Amino acid sequence: MTVAFDEMGDAQGAVREPYARLSQWLNQASPELLNTRRSQAEYFFRRIGITFAVYGDADSTERLIPFDIIPRILSAAEWRTLERGLIQRVNALNAFLRDVYGKKECLRAGVVPTDLVYRNPYFRPEMDRFEVPHGVYCHIAGIDIVRVDPHNFYVLEDNARTPSGVSYMLENREVMMRLFPELFVDNRVAPVENYADNLLASLRSVAPSRSAADPTVVLLTPGQYNSAFYEHSFLADKLGVELVEGTDLFVRDEVVYMRTTEGPQRVDVIYRRVDDEFLDPLVFRPDSVLGVPGLMGAYHAGNVTLANAVGTGVADDKAVYSYMPEIVKFYTGEEPILKNVPTWRCRDKDDFAYVLDHLPELVVKEVNGSGGYGMLVGPHATKDQIETFRRRLKHEPDNYIAQPTLALSTCPTFTKSGVAPRHVDLRPFVLSGADKVRIVPGGLTRVAMKEGSLVVNSSQGGGTKDTWVLDA
Amino acid sequence: MLSRTADSLFWMSRYMERAENLARIIDAAHRLSALPASYGGTHNEWESALLAAGCADSFHRIYKDATEMTVRDFICFSEENQASIRKCIDIARMNARAVRTAITTEMWDAINGAWLDMKNYDAGRMDREELSRFLEWVKNVSLVVDGSAHRSMLRRDEFFFTRLGLYVERADNILRLLDVKYHVLLPATERVGGTLDYFQWSSLLRSVSALTAYHWVYRESVKPWLVADLLTLNREMPRSLYCCYENLVEFLDQLARQYGRIGPSQHMARSALARLENTNIETIFQNGLHEFISQFIIDNNKLASAIQEQYLV
Repeated sequence: MTVAFDEMGDAQGAVREPYARLSQWLNQASPELLNTRRSQAEYFFRRIGITFAVYGDADSTERLIPFDIIPRILSAAEWRTLERGLIQRVNALNAFLRDVYGKKECLRAGVVPTDLVYRNPYFRPEMDRFEVPHGVYCHIAGIDIVRVDPHNFYVLEDNARTPSGVSYMLENREVMMRLFPELFVDNRVAPVENYADNLLASLRSVAPSRSAADPTVVLLTPGQYNSAFYEHSFLADKLGVELVEGTDLFVRDEVVYMRTTEGPQRVDVIYRRVDDEFLDPLVFRPDSVLGVPGLMGAYHAGNVTLANAVGTGVADDKAVYSYMPEIVKFYTGEEPILKNVPTWRCRDKDDFAYVLDHLPELVVKEVNGSGGYGMLVGPHATKDQIETFRRRLKHEPDNYIAQPTLALSTCPTFTKSGVAPRHVDLRPFVLSGADKVRIVPGGLTRVAMKEGSLVVNSSQGGGTKDTWVLDA
Repeated sequence: MLSRTADSLFWMSRYMERAENLARIIDAAHRLSALPASYGGTHNEWESALLAAGCADSFHRIYKDATEMTVRDFICFSEENQASIRKCIDIARMNARAVRTAITTEMWDAINGAWLDMKNYDAGRMDREELSRFLEWVKNVSLVVDGSAHRSMLRRDEFFFTRLGLYVERADNILRLLDVKYHVLLPATERVGGTLDYFQWSSLLRSVSALTAYHWVYRESVKPWLVADLLTLNREMPRSLYCCYENLVEFLDQLARQYGRIGPSQHMARSALARLENTNIETIFQNGLHEFISQFIIDNNKLASAIQEQYLV
């Protein structure tokens, strides 16, 4: 494998411009100083309670995501390209969803195969022909971006359901500003702290048009045992809205209310961090205790907005992903600014044959998987693992896609053996309101803490970094 | 405010207060059991600590004998005991975590910090000195949580519900302590110059940190009826039943003012306070201290249910 593109600079010591000042600082900083700062950061995170739960990890129900104290830096020009690309991509996603649940022009035009939509487990027939308030489906998107060279950004995944991680973006910045105030004097870093304001403005803009001038927004969480609960409570606090669980809400005459100490209060917009199938036991899983009976009825009556809309999962399916370049062209009439990673669809005969022949060099993913579970990273797998996976693959080819193993870019990272390059990705958070699309400059950089590893997911031992967009 | 939020705030405070009371009970039992038998030191002290902590039944499902080691383990650290200090801190923190947005950073820090520190206390290898440091730590945690609530919370419903939880629990603890020990306060048990009862009374005072207060208030040697007076009717003693109810009335009234509505819990708290105002310790003894305590325990539970009904569901 070739040496990955390092965002700070090459081994010969040529430092890329955005990293010039950081690199100087790193050269002077002693390992002791970095060590002290790292333990201060960890102490700080533990103290404020930023933890996450790992499913199936009975031993430690609350863990810290490793935080790397060396920031990841993007120049203003790099960000401008990214920003344009993200807006274009998210507009296309919303247009696609509107179309899929509406006129279905993309299916008639053959842009996306019909069965890929209708047989998709995240396609919700309940949403068919129903117009969501203001036509916005994907209010909050987390688009995973990787780069392999100085010029190209690739979209790895469109997280269109309930993307998480934004609290880390915000808290990482807080911690960095506390620990390294001097670095923020040398580098003019664009702020991200207005994310919550943007989110609230976005959510209020999509309130049902018949609701009050001052709509009530709530954040619906599955509860404190959810792995992202910290983030839910963090966001509710920053937004200044109630953090509700299913049992706090009820529906009467197709209107949603919350139970308060002063009696029922009407709810207009629900930023829900509960998956579709748990939202309403009358419509989806009847055993769900996380949802609200009658919620879909209120939704259909146009009395409440759900963000994200029900059924957005049909757009972040990895098979649909492979059609995104066509989808972007179809709805925006423009060339996609952000590239797709070349993708083989195992549902296509020729592609599948190629995939079977090249398993040791490919990354194979479940179409509906997430969080780094159920995937094969060919170059890092043993022969046994590859053969086991081959059997699963043959059993259900439709369920998989394959991509080349990208040499993800690396960033300097503080490890046990000193500062060393580690692979990173980037998840910017894109907000779509009734009025416009909002993005704060930056996002969550995830880093694979293990040497050579390409898996950045927190559930698989990945860490995070603060992401700086330099203000030109 | 969400009813569930109010509920969590209420129980967060109750459990934190309970943890503190358990620490005091163990502390007092320790002192008493350390006395030579001729001064009233008995093994029964651990049994009555269990009764005061309200966990005698669950204890005896697991252990046969109430000894120092088994009782202090059970009350302080046991995972099986749903109301051990460890569990109380766990539950208080769980409630705090569920309403992270309704409490201030200072409060969260105090509770979460306590929960984290709790992991460092290892029951198995604790000698007496370490144990008493642990008990000090528990009392201190409660003090810091309470102090941070006072200093940092806005004076509105969030704060009022934490106060209600605290005072309902404190009243309940005082009452149960009296219920377990009322027999040593009865006039019949007083023996002239008897050292035995003196230590029983003073340990009762100590378990609510009132021994010094007693001397300041009554300026005489420890007398059982005065002990009972201090813990129930005294208006200066911050842990007395009277003060608990004065606070309950105060914070329920504040809630009613904020919400513009009075309900059953306001009425109940007021009538209980009136009962304390219109009696004296002689009357209570005449009509039966035990009966008085039993009835008040029932009424205090009724008030807790009324608050639950009115606000928390």
